[in-house]
Parts: sequence; structure tokens; C-alpha cells
Amino acid sequence: MENQNNEVIIQLFHVHKRYGGKNAIIDVTVNFFKNEFVFITGPSGAGKSTLMKLLYLGEPASEGQIIIEGVNLSRLSNSQIPFLRRKFGIIFQDFRLINTKNVYENVSLVLESMGMNRKYIQKKVKIVLRMVGMEDRGNNYPLSLSGGEQQRIAIARAMVGDPKIILADEPTASLDSESADAVLELLKTAHSKGTTIIVSTHDKELIRKMGTRVLHLKEGQVQE
Amino acid sequence: MKTFMLDIFIKRALADMKSNKFLNIIAIITLGLSILIVSAFLLFLININEVIDSCKKSVRIMAYLDPGFEEVQLEGIKQRIREMDGVSEIIFISKEEALKRLKEQMKRQSSLFENIDTNPLPDSFEVQIAPNFETDEKMEALAQKIEKLPSVQEVEYGRKWVNKFTRVVNIFKITAFVMALFFLLAAIFIMANTIRLLLYSKREEIQIMRLVGATDSFIKWPFYIEGLIMGGIGGIIGISMLFLVFIFISINVSQDLASDFVSIRFFSIKDSIWVISSSMFVGWLGCYLSLKQFLKA
Ligand SMILES: Nc1ncnc2c1ncn2[C@@H]1O[C@H](COP(=O)(O)OP(=O)(O)O)[C@@H](O)[C@H]1O
Ligand SMILES: [Mg+2]
Repeated sequence: MENQNNEVIIQLFHVHKRYGGKNAIIDVTVNFFKNEFVFITGPSGAGKSTLMKLLYLGEPASEGQIIIEGVNLSRLSNSQIPFLRRKFGIIFQDFRLINTKNVYENVSLVLESMGMNRKYIQKKVKIVLRMVGMEDRGNNYPLSLSGGEQQRIAIARAMVGDPKIILADEPTASLDSESADAVLELLKTAHSKGTTIIVSTHDKELIRKMGTRVLHLKEGQVQE
Repeated sequence: MKTFMLDIFIKRALADMKSNKFLNIIAIITLGLSILIVSAFLLFLININEVIDSCKKSVRIMAYLDPGFEEVQLEGIKQRIREMDGVSEIIFISKEEALKRLKEQMKRQSSLFENIDTNPLPDSFEVQIAPNFETDEKMEALAQKIEKLPSVQEVEYGRKWVNKFTRVVNIFKITAFVMALFFLLAAIFIMANTIRLLLYSKREEIQIMRLVGATDSFIKWPFYIEGLIMGGIGGIIGISMLFLVFIFISINVSQDLASDFVSIRFFSIKDSIWVISSSMFVGWLGCYLSLKQFLKA
């Protein structure tokens, strides 16, 4: 494995996830390292999304330990979960923007919920919107934008809080190749700033372009 | 970099109300109607209490004196009554004083008195009764004792009537109280349901807020503010409607009726603020209950 001289940021130790009787994740033990760019790949239903959900406690693990920056997730109380999630910027295949709020509001919401002051929020939102090439779209509503543009807003939202880790769950799956390239470039930018990037995808072209570590999942298990 | 977020919350609450106008207006109107009904019952209670109080004050024995009694006997009779058990105070009311009081009470019908040049009223004693003496039997006994005194022509007391009246009114009071409570609960229920609908229409937004690390209190506060605002507006509407009804009634009804003897009144400013604050509390409580349920899920 590469990056082994680096510090571990996320540790999974014999993690299982069951939905009712169904095993979505089976005995996964894996480390992610600081400032790593890693792909999780595998066929549909392999457990990629589930694995990511376990990291930000969208779902609790059924068994095993997950340790993020030295904190064992099973020890977190409900009131601590929001603070865990602020370590992450999360990007989805379907963008998940709030359609009743404009672009600026969608992005600033993250900083508002962190309790930042207005001046800082205005400055910071402007910076990230410029970074994703959307600085003049602040007043637009998500549904008036193309898919590629919406995903760039989602990336701006994921980056605005300066998270330690970006989780992108099939971020390019619903985009044309040009938009997909733009997304990859933005993820590289975030990576160059020291962020740990975890991307799930079954886009072989994307993985080939990056040439970094790949974790193969199949039926909930890591393939070597 | 942390800052007090009240302005953000208020902005979000107002934006929310604007984007859900219909739901909000319905909720405010129903809340207003509930407050109208509840405060109508309250106003009834307040006024009936005052009527009863003023009746209670008139728990006294009037002793009317013979027209021809001797002035010199006055102090003697007064002294003998004062020494009786159960008498707390005794005041002499001359017939001139009595006429003056009557004229005052019946200002509006002053034409009745225009042609009177002799005073038909007798001199009298007004005898106040000690509180522990206010039972029917004791009053009756006392009244008979006073009536036997020389120069006392007649005694009169309104205790029996007050007792019956109080009993009926107590039934009214309990009914009014129960109804007020019932409508208050209904208002809370309506509020909770409105907010539940609102939350349901915003469930994706709330889900996303939680994903980006918003705390529950960050999510809840704008709704609380919304509940307080809706409660406040509902309260103002309710109490204003009640005031219009009150004005209408006092113009059309009470002038002809007993208004010369019993005056009904509206809430004081303080009472009104109380009603509106309670309405705000109802708005908040409705929010609180549905949020608690919603965020648990
Ligand atoms: N909420 C859920 N309830 C029940 N089963 C689920 C749920 N989410 C995922 N699964 C199941 O878990 C398995 C892994 O799903 P998922 O993690 O979404 O796979 P992937 O993202 O790799 O396509 C699938 O078989 C899926 O049907
Ligand atoms: Mg998936």
C-alpha cells in the first residue's frame, strides 16, 4: 500500500452492516490515510454507499469499530454527531441541493450551521463559488442549472467548511464526460490543499486518469 | 468566529412563513379563533367574579327606621346594634343621603325624579356582617333581632338571593373553565399539526441540513420563532375580535339592561398581554411537540 508512512485518519476494524437480514458490509478492515486520494469501486449493490454512510453515521455499524481522527464512532452521543459530520464534505450522485434555496444560500447554510459570522460567510462563499466557476450564479436556484453546474455547487458546499475529508458517492455518474472531468479537477484541487478524498465510482476511466489507490468491493467484502 | 445567530433564525423563520403562506394563514386564523373563544370564557369569568364580589359586598342588613323616630334615640339604637354578635360595622344613612345615592345610581333615568319634591325614602342603618356570620341561619336570627328594636320599621337583606345566584354562577364558571381548557388544547393540537405538515414538506431540506452538520437546535430555532410569531399574531387577532364583540355587546345590550348597577369591563392592558403571551406559548408548544417527534425519527 502507498501512503503507509502517512498518518491514519480513518480506521475500520472488522466492520459489518446488516439491513434486517441482509449483509451490506461484511467484515471490512481498512485504513484511510491523511491527504490520501482513494477510490472505492465495485458493482452496483456492492456496498459502496453503505460504507460511506457508516463513516458519517448516516447509519450505525452493526458490528466492529470505526475510528476517525482517534474518535471511536460507537462512543459518540447523538448531540456529537453534527460535529463529526463537520469533518466531512459530502457529495452525492443526485447532488441533494435544497431546491427552495438559491445557490448562495445552499452553500452558506453550512457555515451558518457552524455558527460563523456573516462577514466570514460572505467572503468564504464567494471564494468557493469562484473556485467552482459559479461566482455569478449565487442568486440562481438549483433547478435552473444543468446537472454539471449543480454538482459544482454541491462541491462548493462540500468544500466551504474546510473539511478534513471529502466523501463523494458516485459524483460523476449522472454527468457527461466533460462535467465529470470538471468534477475530478475540483476534487484534485481540494486534494492539493491537504484534504483526504474518498470517491466511490464504477467509472474505470476516472480511476485510470487518477492512478491512485483503489478499494474493490464485492457483495460487501473488500477484494484484494 | 462564532456569533449569536438570532438574526439568521428570524430571517429563516420569516422566509419560511412567506414560502408557506397558505398553511401559516390557516394556522393563524384557527389559532386566532381558539384564542377568541378561550379569552371570551376568561372575560366572562372575570366579569362574573366582579358581579359576585359586588353582590357579596352587599351582604348586609338594611334596617329602615320609623318615619317619626326621635333624633335623640339614634345613638342608642346604633350602639345596641353594634353590640350584637356578628355585626362588623354600622353606618347611618339619612334619607337625604339615600335619595342622593339613588339619583346617582339612576343618572340615566333622572327624569323620574324631576317631579319629586318630598323625599319618600326612610332613614336607615346599613349593617355590615362579619365574614364568619354569613350563614343563612345566623343572618336570619340577626335580622330578626334588629327588627325587634324600637323605631326599626323593617329590615331587608339579600343573602338568600346571592347564595342561589352564586351556586348557579359556579356551575357556569366550571363550564367556562373546562371549555377554555378544551379550546386551548385544541389550539395546541392544531399548531402541532400545522408544524408537522410544514416539517413534512421540508423533510429533505432538514435531512440535508443534518448531513452538513447542523445541530438539532440550529434546525429547531427558526421553527420555534415561527411558532412564537404565529402565536403572537393569532393572539392579537383573537383578542381584537373579542374586543369588537365586546364593544358591540356593550353598545347594543347593556345600556338598556343593568348597566346602571353592574358595569362589565374588557381585559386590562396587563390581561391582554397575558392572553397574547399565552397564545405565543401555545404556538411555541405546538412547534416543540411536533419537532420533538419529527427529529427523533
Ligand atoms: N436502507 C437500506 N435498507 C435495506 N437494504 C439496503 C439499504 N441500503 C442499502 N441496502 C442494501 O445494501 C446493499 C448495498 O447497497 P449500497 O451500499 O447502496 O450499494 P452500492 O452503493 O455499492 O450500489 C444492497 O444490496 C442494498 O440493497
Ligand atoms: Mg450507491
